[in-house]
Amino acid sequence: MRYAMAMDTKKCVGCGDCVVACQTENNVPLGYARDWIVEKVEGTYPSLNLELRSERCNHCENTPCVRTCPTGASHVIEGGIVKVTHDECIGCGACIQACPYEARYFHPDGYVDKCTFCDHRTSKGQDTACVAVCPTHSLTFGDLDDENSPISKLLRNRKWKTLAPEAGTKPNVYFLI
Amino acid sequence: MKTRRDFIKISALAAGGLAVLKPALSFSSGFFPDEEVPLDESEAQRTPTICEVCFWNCAAFAYKDRKGKVQKIIGNDIDLHSKGRLCPRGTGGPGMLYDKDRLKKPLLRVGKPGNQKFKEVSWEEALDFVAKKTREVGEKYGYESIALLDHGTTAHHFEHLFKSFGSDNTAEPAIAQCLGAREAGFINTYGAGIGSPEPTDLRNAKCLVLIGSHIGENMHNGIVQDMSTGLDRGMTVITVDPRFSTAASKSKFWLPIKPSTDIALLLAWMHVLIYEDLYDKDYIEQYAYGFDELKAHVRPFTPEWAYTKTDIPPQDIRKTAYEMAKAAPSVVIHPGRHTAWYGDDTQRTRAIAILNALLGAWGKKGGYYFPEKIRIPRFPHPKYPEPEWTWKDITKDKYKGAFTGVTNILIDASLPDTKLKHKIKAWYVVATNLIQSIPDQEKTKKALQNMEFVVVVDTMPTEITGYADVVLPECTYLERYDYLRTTRHKIPQVALRMPAVEPMYDTKPGWWISREIGLRLGLDKYFPWKDIEEVLDWQLKQVGSSLEEMKKVGVKSFEREEPLYLEDGEDYFFNTNTGKIELYSTDLDAMGYDPMPVYREHPQPEDGFYRLIYGRVPMHTFGRTINNPLLNELRDENHLWVNPKIAKLLDLKTGQEVWLRNQDGVVSTFPVKVRITERIRFDSVYLPHGFGQKNKKMGRAYGRGAADSEMITRVEIDDVTGGTGMRGNFVEILVEKPQKEEAES
Amino acid sequence: MKEELIISGRNIPNIDPVLHIWHWQIPLYLFLGGLAAGLLFFASYFYIRGRGNELKTSVQIAPAFAPFFIIIGLLALLLDLKHQLYFWRLYTTFRIESPMSWGAWTLGVVLPLSFIWPLTYLKEMKKYFSKNFTFMYPIVSWVDTFIKSIKPLEKLIKWFTKHRYGLAWVVIVISVILGVYTGILLSAFNARPLWNTSILGPLFLTSGLSTGAALIMWSSKSVKERIIFSRIDILLVAVELFFIVHLFMGFLASGAVQIESAQLFLGGEFTAIFWIGVVGIGLVLPLILETMELFGFHVPISIPALLILIGGLIFRFVMVDAGQVTRYLY
Repeated sequence: MRYAMAMDTKKCVGCGDCVVACQTENNVPLGYARDWIVEKVEGTYPSLNLELRSERCNHCENTPCVRTCPTGASHVIEGGIVKVTHDECIGCGACIQACPYEARYFHPDGYVDKCTFCDHRTSKGQDTACVAVCPTHSLTFGDLDDENSPISKLLRNRKWKTLAPEAGTKPNVYFLI
Repeated sequence: MKTRRDFIKISALAAGGLAVLKPALSFSSGFFPDEEVPLDESEAQRTPTICEVCFWNCAAFAYKDRKGKVQKIIGNDIDLHSKGRLCPRGTGGPGMLYDKDRLKKPLLRVGKPGNQKFKEVSWEEALDFVAKKTREVGEKYGYESIALLDHGTTAHHFEHLFKSFGSDNTAEPAIAQCLGAREAGFINTYGAGIGSPEPTDLRNAKCLVLIGSHIGENMHNGIVQDMSTGLDRGMTVITVDPRFSTAASKSKFWLPIKPSTDIALLLAWMHVLIYEDLYDKDYIEQYAYGFDELKAHVRPFTPEWAYTKTDIPPQDIRKTAYEMAKAAPSVVIHPGRHTAWYGDDTQRTRAIAILNALLGAWGKKGGYYFPEKIRIPRFPHPKYPEPEWTWKDITKDKYKGAFTGVTNILIDASLPDTKLKHKIKAWYVVATNLIQSIPDQEKTKKALQNMEFVVVVDTMPTEITGYADVVLPECTYLERYDYLRTTRHKIPQVALRMPAVEPMYDTKPGWWISREIGLRLGLDKYFPWKDIEEVLDWQLKQVGSSLEEMKKVGVKSFEREEPLYLEDGEDYFFNTNTGKIELYSTDLDAMGYDPMPVYREHPQPEDGFYRLIYGRVPMHTFGRTINNPLLNELRDENHLWVNPKIAKLLDLKTGQEVWLRNQDGVVSTFPVKVRITERIRFDSVYLPHGFGQKNKKMGRAYGRGAADSEMITRVEIDDVTGGTGMRGNFVEILVEKPQKEEAES
Repeated sequence: MKEELIISGRNIPNIDPVLHIWHWQIPLYLFLGGLAAGLLFFASYFYIRGRGNELKTSVQIAPAFAPFFIIIGLLALLLDLKHQLYFWRLYTTFRIESPMSWGAWTLGVVLPLSFIWPLTYLKEMKKYFSKNFTFMYPIVSWVDTFIKSIKPLEKLIKWFTKHRYGLAWVVIVISVILGVYTGILLSAFNARPLWNTSILGPLFLTSGLSTGAALIMWSSKSVKERIIFSRIDILLVAVELFFIVHLFMGFLASGAVQIESAQLFLGGEFTAIFWIGVVGIGLVLPLILETMELFGFHVPISIPALLILIGGLIFRFVMVDAGQVTRYLY
């Protein structure tokens, strides 16, 4: 099993529903966010290109955050989901420094928190909260090891990119372009 | 060329520059501080609701955590409005419920009108006062002189109250300030309006044309979803917008039009379709009236002519016309929703309606389907009294095409020096912040001061609550029942809103408030029920359901009675004078308006001024949600979009605070940060609507960004419907706050 | 024009708009760790070289500062933790890939050693502190009395005193690890282009040694010792400058993000503090002063020593702050 997410930049309207859904699903404190929207504009009026991305932890295959954790609080679970065990975390911040995507933050209670790919839902076969709510169906979650899964098909048929591949993290969030 | 470091600074600004303010907010640790773990949906208690964060009214379920707090709201899968997916505002609904800045107790003004001092009173006292004042004004000037300015679901309860005491002077800003012109345009063409949700068959369309409609920035849920599905299927999108909107970025063709010249483009498209023989001849032959007149009318309006008006190259006009013709009849020229722009708005939407007809799209798969809704009988009550005069008597001589009360006309009738033959003496303002939702704030304020009394029913302390004599705090949609939603859609549906939690604080549902006022006015016979559950159950039983059932399912679908689309060659009677689609409008002609759309020049900004273009952000419903903690997180202020060329000229930096001054010398109360972006034309600036709130009681929203509505003092009235065109305002950008005297001069 | 911005209003404390999760604690900890490593290194090195009696300050006296520095450093580290109650989790596991874990364990070993080494010189210290830095005298004599009151402890110290040579080897190895570690902690972060260079380990070790040497030089009353350490300092500072030049050469010859990292110091917001504070005041100026001293111009020894110490401290602050600003995205 290799969980991944595909994010269709061509369909996303940047409404932020994924951000709110995550907030209410996972009770993310106000002022914090496990996912967010990036807008990229290139060109000169009227010859323009706009890309909208919903970003989150990339649940990388090569996990600098897990490697750098001194206690093992940051770890990888079934399907390649990167998680943090709250009562093993000492709050040193090393994993935050190690993440090229700035996907982690200190929860006000002190431990490090981040996107969990909604493992409490996905382990039951449901979509993540952000995927389930996205009004434009820009997000697809699934198993890359299953070549018939919708996400595998999408990644076969569409052009995609990952973020900062040069950081060598092998991200598992794919941006369809 | 900018470096990455500059981007960091930009993103800091885009993030809202909240760094300073944020720690001051009381919610530092958790919106739901009690709950640590995510909610288990299978164990959680859920209740059906209908979202009221915007007018789309999606059906959903509210999920409660173990402590009985609404933790999340998820769309109802069978609901056609949401298709199981709410937009950010719907998802952020709990933020509205748990916003600590809510109105909590009935408030009564202390001292003279216009001051902002209130005392908290009991419901008894507040309602007695409202009833006493209503009766006083009613008896002195006639109940007709009381106007209801309203919005949303709660409006229905008060409309019933008003009809019960004999006033039909009801108006929604949503009509005059938004979709009135569109409805008139389509009624005068097809004999039927568009309605909500718009019956555009985007799921099957091959081509979608958006005229200034920024779908995706307006999160009209169903349409946004449909458009996305369309994009998946390879639907061509053509967007006409002076701004590179989100929708424009998804479009195959973006026509960056010179603002105010849309009719020129629409006429040129008609010209191409007709003179290059691309229109649907059979359809026009069978269903349309006045084709020859139209053909003669659009003869001079070549793409070359339109180029001189619109800045859109003729080849692009032709190419896009071909694209539409290729897709016809599976093509939608979208009617838009906020259509009050330049004062010739009914004519513009008429042009859109005509274009749809030329393409044979009305009533066709992939074009406009015929929506259907189920008729639910009203709970029996005696006939309403006949008012002596209604909105029609003060509206129709001038705006003959108006089909409901027009907010701004009612406001005109409320002014001390009104020339209208009837006067308005008191207002009920229900769930609409008139200061922001109506242009020309000074006029609204003048009217407010002339009222014998003003009662405001709302959930939040907005600007308008400051002008009320009585403020009645309504509970939010998550704490109340309302009338059933009978969906007008591909399949008729009924949906139920029921309380997820008991009303918080000392708030009450709208139905209860209107009934209590009614009882105090001795209108018992119009409220022959104890509570709304009785009404809903009775109504549902008339259509073979029950409250019991609906509490479980939330939404129930019914069979259609008529076909969804026109069969090829099918006989069809359009509800117009001629029984046909009127390309040449006999009604408009008879009323003395142009029977076919005519292009007229509109004022352009003078040197140093830029046209103020306003619009929506997807995470907010106008100004109503800015204070919602969950949505405020996403966007807590607006930015003024400025083209880099203008920024260079004025030496502006991204993130710099500026003030706006419009053509009438009105200066924005609050500064707004600049965003330098290529996404806007050089002759315009763009300011998302809803920000710059002035009521200090809205802690998160107060003073964040600038209000476009404050800058809209020049109103171009739509001559057919009386709607308020707001796009003819021009602003200059001030880098320093002007002195007070100067601001007032 | 190109824009790339977060539009969902993300504004997480200490993460947005730029990362700033490590404040003063980490740079202070790195500085004190390097300083302690320097002190312990020179003590054990010169002891092994058999010059313990000749270079008294470095071998017998100055190491007494090391445990204090390490304790303060550890306290700073503890203060930096946001989930402090779980501090002990560091010592229930060893993560071979985590520099933080390496650091925790290294310090776990260094801390007792840093006590033991000076304790074997209590007698010499009492003598020294009776004349210099006299405020230290009561502390030293109290420690002396304390140890003598606990027999097994006294025996242990005696055992270490006897096996000082072996101890010195352990200390020299562990002090180099400590010194290098202060740089490795940063350089292990691939996500921070400014830190992600292998030159950072040797650079921080050199800097740590030079601050240690500066402190020894300052404390020493022996002209000979001062001259030796002055020369050591000149050498270390020269090496450090060389490393810094190479650091930038490396960045500029690397990818876009590294080039941009270097830009922070070559015209960017850290330019002044780095070239004036770190290189000018912390390296070049003391280098000049000490060279002048060697050529016979008299400069109070405390000036170059203090400058090197301040420079070393600023260096760590700048590196930690600037490194957090550098990133891959946006």
